[in-house]
Amino acid sequence: MSQQSLTTTPASPSGAGGGGALPRGSRFGAERAFRILATAAGSTVLVIIVAIAAFLIAKAIPSLRADSENFLTFKDWFANESPPTFGIAALAFGTVVTSALALIMAVPVALGIALCLTHYAHRRVASTLGFFIDLLAAVPSVVFGLWGRDYFRGPVSDLSTFLHDNFGWIPIFGSKGPYGASILLGSIVLAIMVLPIVTSLSREVFLQTPKHNEEAALALGATRWEMIRTAVLPYGKPGIIAAVMLGLGRALGETIALALTLGAVYNVSFDLLGISGNTIAANIALKFAEANPTGRSALIASGLVLFAITLVVNVTARAIVYRRREFLGGAA
Amino acid sequence: MSVASHSARSRVTLKARRLPGWAPAGVGAAAILIAALAVYLPGAGGPVLTSVVAALLFLVGLGALSTVVEGGRAARNRVATSLVYAAFVLALAPLLSVALTLVTKGSERLNGYFLGVSMKGVSAFDNKGGAYHAIIGTLEQAGIATLITVPLGVLGAVYIVEYGRGRLAALIRFFVDVMTGIPSIVAGLFILAFWVLVVSPMFNNGRPEYSGFAAALALSVLMLPTIVRSTEEMLRLVPGALREGAYALGIPKWKTITKIVLPTAAPGIVTGVMLAVARACGETAPVILVALGNPAINFNPFSGGQSSLSLYVYEQAGTASKYAPGRAWAAALTLVVLVLSLTVAAKLLARRNKLAR
Repeated sequence: MSQQSLTTTPASPSGAGGGGALPRGSRFGAERAFRILATAAGSTVLVIIVAIAAFLIAKAIPSLRADSENFLTFKDWFANESPPTFGIAALAFGTVVTSALALIMAVPVALGIALCLTHYAHRRVASTLGFFIDLLAAVPSVVFGLWGRDYFRGPVSDLSTFLHDNFGWIPIFGSKGPYGASILLGSIVLAIMVLPIVTSLSREVFLQTPKHNEEAALALGATRWEMIRTAVLPYGKPGIIAAVMLGLGRALGETIALALTLGAVYNVSFDLLGISGNTIAANIALKFAEANPTGRSALIASGLVLFAITLVVNVTARAIVYRRREFLGGAA
Repeated sequence: MSVASHSARSRVTLKARRLPGWAPAGVGAAAILIAALAVYLPGAGGPVLTSVVAALLFLVGLGALSTVVEGGRAARNRVATSLVYAAFVLALAPLLSVALTLVTKGSERLNGYFLGVSMKGVSAFDNKGGAYHAIIGTLEQAGIATLITVPLGVLGAVYIVEYGRGRLAALIRFFVDVMTGIPSIVAGLFILAFWVLVVSPMFNNGRPEYSGFAAALALSVLMLPTIVRSTEEMLRLVPGALREGAYALGIPKWKTITKIVLPTAAPGIVTGVMLAVARACGETAPVILVALGNPAINFNPFSGGQSSLSLYVYEQAGTASKYAPGRAWAAALTLVVLVLSLTVAAKLLARRNKLAR
C-alpha cells in the first residue's frame, strides 16, 4: 500500500512539528479536555491490538479444548464433526510455502523495477510509471483472484505441462496432472500482488541514497552497475529487508486471491503443479459459511495463529526500520 | 614531447574500446531470430517460449560480446542494465493482462440494468441480476467506517505529533505501524469475536447479529492505522513558526491545533483518508465473516446481512454457472472504477498540496 512509508520523518528537532511549553491555565480546562481526548484516541490503537489478542484467545479456547487431535500437528480440518478433529499443520505449511515462493519470485523483479525507476529510466517516465505502480497497489485482491481463477489458470496449466515434460525429474515438478488450482498458480498470483508494494517501498529507499555517495562512486570510474552495488544497495539494505518483510506480512495474510486460486486441499507436499494448497486465511474464508459454533471457534483459533505469525513478522520489520531511523538521525 | 606522439609510441589510448550504439539492438535481433528458429522448427512451443529463449540468448550474447570488446566490468554493467529492464517488462505483462481482462470482460455486462437491480429472486443460472445491493453495501460500510476512523485517527495523530512525549507516544507510534500489517481476515475475526458474538446478542435477544455495521467496524480496524500514519506525516509538515505565532498571540494550544494546524494540514489529511477509504472499499475477507452477504437490497446497516461489491465478486466467482463469471467481472470493473477514481483523486489532490512540496 502506498500509505506504508519507510521514509523517515525527523522527530521534530527543529522548526516543523510538535509544540513545546505553553501558556498554562486555560479557562474551563478546555486545554486539558482536548489533551485527554487526543491521548485517548492515540491509545485506542494499543487497546485494539490487545483486544484482538484477548477476544481471539477467548473465542478460540472452546474449540481447542474440544479438539481431539493435536491442533499444531494434525493436518486435516473436520471442525464441524463431533468429536471435532482439526489441526493447523497443512494450513500453516501452505501459508509459509505460498508466501515464500511469492517473495522469491516478486522480490528480484520488484528490486529491478525500483532500480529502473530510480536510476535507469528517464525522470518523467519514472514518475508516471511510479504513479501507475501505486495505483496497482490499490487494486482489490478479489480482482487478482478472479483474474487468476478465470484467466490465468490456462497459461499456468500450459506452463505446468512444459515444466513437467522438461523438468519432471525434479520432485517439485513431478505431478502428472491434472493441472489447475495449484500452489504454482496461487504463488504467482500472490507474487503479482505483493510486487507493487515491495516496489514502491524499495523505490523510496533507493531515492534516499545520498547523492554524494553515488557521485563519488561514479567519479572514481565505477560503471552504473558498480555504483548501484557499492553505493545504493549497501545503503538501502535495511530498508530493502524491511520492505521484503512488509511484503511477507501482506502475503501471509492474503485471503481472497488464494481462496480463489488454490486447490483447497489439506496436504503437506512440495508438489507445485498438482491441484493442491491451502492457507490459514483462505481456509477461514472458505469454511466460514458452513461452520457450526465449534467450527467457527476453530477458525478463530487458526486466525489467532495467523495473527501471531504476522505480528512477529511486522514487529521485526518495524524494528529494522526504527533502528535505521535512529542510525540515519545520528548520521544526518 | 606531444601527447599524440607519446601515445603512438607506447600504444596508450585514453579512450576505452566500446561497442557501437547499435550493438544491443543487433544482438537482440539475432537472439530473436535464433530463438524463433530453435523453437518453431522442432515445434517445441509458441511465442512465450520464444521470447524466454530470446531473452536468455540476448543476455548471454551481449555479455560475451561485451566481455571480448569492452572487458568484464562493462559487460557486467550491460547485463545488469538488461536485467533491470527485463524485470520491468516481466512485471508489466501480467499487470497489463489483468487490466485488459478486466476491461474487456467487465464491460460486457456493465450497464444501467446491472447497476440498478439486485440479486433478489435471481437464481445463479438466470441470465439476469445486478449489483445494486452490493454497491449500497460498499458505500454504507465504507461511509460508516470513515465516520468512525476520521475523528479517531486525526485525534490520534494530533496526540502523537503535538502532545506525545516519552514511552507511551513511542509505543503508540510503533504499534500504529505494526497495526498497518494486520491481515484483513484477522480484523474480520476480531469483529466477529467481539461485536457479532459478544456485543450484538445484547441488542438482538441473545442471537448474534451479522450486519453491515459490523463490517464497517472491521474496516475501521484496517483504516485507523493508515489514517493515523498519513495524518501524522502531514501534521509534521506544518511549519513550527505557525504554531509559535499563535502561541505568541496568547492562543491556547488546543485552539492553535484546531484552528491553525489542522486547517493547514487539511488537504494532506483528506488525501490520506481517501486512500484509506479506497483500500477499505476493496476488502472482502472481513465482509464475508461479519456481514455474511444478502442477495436483496438492505439499506439498514444495523440489521440483517448486507452484501458489498467485493463480496459479490467473490460469491459470483465461486458460483458454477455460465452467467456467474460475467456478473463477477462486471462487479469487479465497477469496484475497480470506484477504488481507482478515489485513489487518482487523492493523488491529484496530493500533487496540488503545497505543504508536501
